[in-house]
Amino acid sequence: MRRRIVLIVLLGIFIGLTVWITQLDSLKYMQPKTYGDIARQTWNHIKMVGIAELLAIAVGVPLGIFVTRPGLKRFATPIVGTANVGQTIPSLAVIAIMAPILGYGFNSAIIALFVYSLLPVLRNSYAGIKDIDPAIIESAKGMGMSRTQIAWRIELPLARPVIMAGIRTSTVICVGTATLAVLVGGEGLGKIILTGLYTQIPLLIVQGAAPTAALAVILDTLLGGFEAWMTPRGLKKG
Amino acid sequence: MIKLENVKKVYPDGTEAVKGVNFEIKDGELCVLLGPSGCGKTTTMKMINRLIPITEGHIYIDGTDNRDMDENELRREMGYAIQEIGLFPHMTVAENISTVPTLKNWSAQEKEDRVRKLLGLMGMDPDEFAEKYPTELSGGQRQRVGVARSLGADPPIMLMDEPFGAIDPITRDRLQDEFLKIQDEIQKTIVFVTHDINEAIKMGDKVALLKDGELIQYSPPAELLAAPKNRFVRDFVGSDRTLKSLRLMKVDEAMKESPRVVKEDQDLASVGKIMNEEEVNYLIVVENGNKLKGWVNREDVEEVGAGTVADAMVTDTGAAEIGTSLADALTVMLERDVANLPVVDGDNNLQGLLTFHDLQSLIGETYTERGGKHPEVKK
Repeated sequence: MRRRIVLIVLLGIFIGLTVWITQLDSLKYMQPKTYGDIARQTWNHIKMVGIAELLAIAVGVPLGIFVTRPGLKRFATPIVGTANVGQTIPSLAVIAIMAPILGYGFNSAIIALFVYSLLPVLRNSYAGIKDIDPAIIESAKGMGMSRTQIAWRIELPLARPVIMAGIRTSTVICVGTATLAVLVGGEGLGKIILTGLYTQIPLLIVQGAAPTAALAVILDTLLGGFEAWMTPRGLKKG
Repeated sequence: MIKLENVKKVYPDGTEAVKGVNFEIKDGELCVLLGPSGCGKTTTMKMINRLIPITEGHIYIDGTDNRDMDENELRREMGYAIQEIGLFPHMTVAENISTVPTLKNWSAQEKEDRVRKLLGLMGMDPDEFAEKYPTELSGGQRQRVGVARSLGADPPIMLMDEPFGAIDPITRDRLQDEFLKIQDEIQKTIVFVTHDINEAIKMGDKVALLKDGELIQYSPPAELLAAPKNRFVRDFVGSDRTLKSLRLMKVDEAMKESPRVVKEDQDLASVGKIMNEEEVNYLIVVENGNKLKGWVNREDVEEVGAGTVADAMVTDTGAAEIGTSLADALTVMLERDVANLPVVDGDNNLQGLLTFHDLQSLIGETYTERGGKHPEVKK
């Protein structure tokens, strides 16, 4: 409840700021961005985050689950380890490294974001399965469930909330990181921020930053709701 | 019937967990695998349903080598309950219990009937519990659901690995009692792993005591206590094995049947005479035919001198009911500081008399009979 109030207040502030700045006649020697500009860049932002995130899910979830399978366990440490190291590199650096390799443009922005979003998804998928109480798996086996039945009926439902939490974290981080994508030729709300930086107009920076923050809050709330909906009843607390 | 023939388990690193074990478990028998940790008892059990592959030897289930069966089919014919219970937290109690029936494609109606029956058997109201989730249950209730789940598809065999291990001693004792009652009814062939000698003695029809992967002694619990095969067994069952064996014996086995009795209105002089005849200092008083009323002892009779039994009688007498264990009867005797205890049936009808002296000699007898040593009989 308290969390919800905080979120609503935050959202109010971010949207309020955006609306206020957009209404202004001029920002120093420039015009503020129009609602149309903001909407367009928000859409670009969502598109980048969405594509990068879908790719991260498509790769991270199966990969995280596969490395928990017997016989594939030896790949767990190198794969999860590599992803972990990847995450310690600052997002700006990841994006900067990608630029010379992949060239400028929307695609390299997507790939940089994908690489950066992969870890939380991968790690949570791996942990979600691995951290299931071994007694649960043992009794499933002892009662004559096949490996596939255990995976579909026991492991996936139990890991689902943890996997979802990874996707949620990853998405929220990605919304923030995506503002940097503009440096390698991406679009999105980062473009407004960057313009503000170049022209040294703080309010213009805020005009890009506030909707970004609002977007992060909204996605976090939506995915949080989805996560709760995906959580099997018996696993819910209280 | 489960038959283990020269069963061995050697791990890839060369550790011999089980070193050629042979024994048989008859249908309807509860066999306890007992031993200190690392003795191979759990490994032995898990080789029966092939959760652990056998290295050498054979395990026959009703004559069929368990390696000739599909492992999942095999496991579905054996209930499986473990200490950690391992209930599926995302499934209701009903769904948990019908795990194996679901695997066997029972109809919804069949499953529901089975769940209701099993919950009833476990003393849990199906209407209250069937739709609950494991997190909403107490430890004891979870343990019960775990056992109910292992009985899900009514398997002829059950494997239980310390199924009552993770709960407090009082609940544990109650669950053991309940389970023994259930077993009386369902007569499953049960392999029951424990490290607790008291649990083994209480639950087992047979006890297989293992040490370092070897079967040391395989016998009914009474024999394990009375005639331990070697020093290890003697140490493992504990120095209080005499007391433990009292737990296994019932008052019926030790009491004198139809002891001499007197009636309330009898003359004290005649009572003294009976005591002399019987060479006892103690007589039970009955009324209404054979109902226990009280007792008189020689001292009181002599002190009161003249009158009837009623004048010298003590009515507040302890009694043991038929079926009570000797340990419990002994406790009553020690608490009341008496050397004689009347034994009655449920309606307070006198059935016999248990004396401290009989108790002593019975313990002595058990020991000499079974080749055990007893300081007083040795001489």
